[in-house]
Amino acid sequence: MGVRFISGGALTTIQDMGRFGYQETGMPVSGVMDQRSAALANLLVGNQEEEAVLEITMLGPSMEFTEDIIIAVTGADLGAKLDKAELPRYQAVLVRAGQTVSFAGIRSGSRAYVAFAGGLKIPMVMGSRSTNLKSKIGGFEGRKIGAGDEIPFAAPKTFLLHMADRKLDAEDFSAREHTLRVVMGPQDDYFTEQGIETFLTGEYTISNEYDRMGCRMQGPVIEHKNGGDIITDGISFGSVQVPSHGNPIVMMADHQTTGGYTKIASVITTDLPILAQSMPGHKIHFQKISIEEAQEIFCAWKQELKALDQKWNTAPEPASDVQAAALSAAVCEHRSGYAAKSTYRVVVNGEEFLVELEREEEPFRE
Amino acid sequence: MENSMENVRYLISGDSAVTVEFGNTISPEINRKIRAFKIALERARIEGIIETVPTYRSLLVCYRPEVIRYGALTERLQEVLSSSDSIQIPPPSVVEIPVLYGGEMGPDLAHVAECHGLTKEEVIKIHTSRDYLIYMLGFIAGFPYLGGMDERIATPRLENPRVKIEGGSVGIAGAQTGIYPVASPGGWQLIGRTPVKLYDADREKPVLLEAGQYIRFRSVSEDEYHEIEKQAESGKYSCAVYEKEA
Repeated sequence: MGVRFISGGALTTIQDMGRFGYQETGMPVSGVMDQRSAALANLLVGNQEEEAVLEITMLGPSMEFTEDIIIAVTGADLGAKLDKAELPRYQAVLVRAGQTVSFAGIRSGSRAYVAFAGGLKIPMVMGSRSTNLKSKIGGFEGRKIGAGDEIPFAAPKTFLLHMADRKLDAEDFSAREHTLRVVMGPQDDYFTEQGIETFLTGEYTISNEYDRMGCRMQGPVIEHKNGGDIITDGISFGSVQVPSHGNPIVMMADHQTTGGYTKIASVITTDLPILAQSMPGHKIHFQKISIEEAQEIFCAWKQELKALDQKWNTAPEPASDVQAAALSAAVCEHRSGYAAKSTYRVVVNGEEFLVELEREEEPFRE
Repeated sequence: MENSMENVRYLISGDSAVTVEFGNTISPEINRKIRAFKIALERARIEGIIETVPTYRSLLVCYRPEVIRYGALTERLQEVLSSSDSIQIPPPSVVEIPVLYGGEMGPDLAHVAECHGLTKEEVIKIHTSRDYLIYMLGFIAGFPYLGGMDERIATPRLENPRVKIEGGSVGIAGAQTGIYPVASPGGWQLIGRTPVKLYDADREKPVLLEAGQYIRFRSVSEDEYHEIEKQAESGKYSCAVYEKEA
């Protein structure tokens, strides 16, 4: 039992952080477009940040739950509803069997993420649960989700520690003009000085040719020294490819593993969510930073996620076996007594510990 | 050897990847160096490296910046590079790929012929007269990048890539030739199509070809194309495979 789709929405797929290790056979990485929103959704419901989630594009599905589970919706505001009420975004919410989650329509952003506490029961294909639409593998039968599909939960959770704290301020995706930070290369030397200048100062408009593979933009033509063709070379998520027509294409999650056009720069990992949440017509500016700065920002982001994980999902652990022994001895003693709060002196292997214990109220039960 | 290492460049490819570039041409010698470096790197087991992607002229090294930063990584790569020596390459085989050239299947054949003052038949003859080394797989699952095409039919890519190209399409881009395994966008000049499935998710081995093998194209009639297509659909067609003569 799990979730049954009454409708699938425009493009709803299962994605995790991607399929690594097979790019040498030409298999793209895929994975979520907005890694930040997906990671936050997972952490909110006590999952590992890379657990598979639903990626919902623009028009959301309608799904009936056949089993109780805690979920969190992050990313774009697509008008999420729990039955007839508004479903709060960026918050762990318990959904009961028989309830329906649906999406009224786009308010801001492009892609929403739904994480399920304990994960979805989806087979791993080449080490990942990500759907690759082009290769027709992974996720739910290698395709987007449609009406009538049912996905079982893996190990559904209906209770999580710190439930009241499991919320964040919902992120705002209403801006229509964005600055994306980039690191230059690998083929920035294929462009004239004027070309680089144009790229870093010009305003680019996101075109309608924007899908999970890439985002084409239009704006001032970026000048090459000798055209935009190169002997085929590897591509990263975020690479800014500039073919001979001189307009940029940012390679997104389903990007091909290699390609034959010059790449002037790459959008940094932490700014890709901004692009993933933007839409055709939005204005883009590129800002150059150094690789050192980019990696500082990347590591700070990883730290931020780690701190949230620790806050919500890491039960305090004793630092050593000796401390654990002291703690359990004190707990045994405390249970047999009546005091609400006591301090115990415990000696383990000659080492002395002071353990302070406080009795918690019995948890409320229905 | 000294000289070749001096030519290696480390190019930043975003905050989580570096392109180690060995040259700027398609050559079996550069390709051999890349394969040797890839194997040496696998043996070195540098913590933080996620995977590597070999191409004609470079090795893309994907890594976790939270484990190893760019500066430290490139230092390690340099160490490994200086110790990477020759590797054993398995004896090559030749896989025969049937192709229906021109017409609806190869809409750019006439353009390629025209570019070089050749007839369509001459382009086909030149294209089928060589064995092509599979340098790498890339772009999408199972796409073989082949070297050694005759310069007489080398033609630049389309200025504006097509939004959709059918699976099995055989194309030319500059001095390269290749086959699209599945429908995809792309900018190659299309000269024909093969009914053989280079990629089939339902097959035990989804990707048909391997780097290091050779491909030989054979021109087939429309009837033969459809016959092979039928067999390929039901999973009964297997390509003829020859041993590469020295």
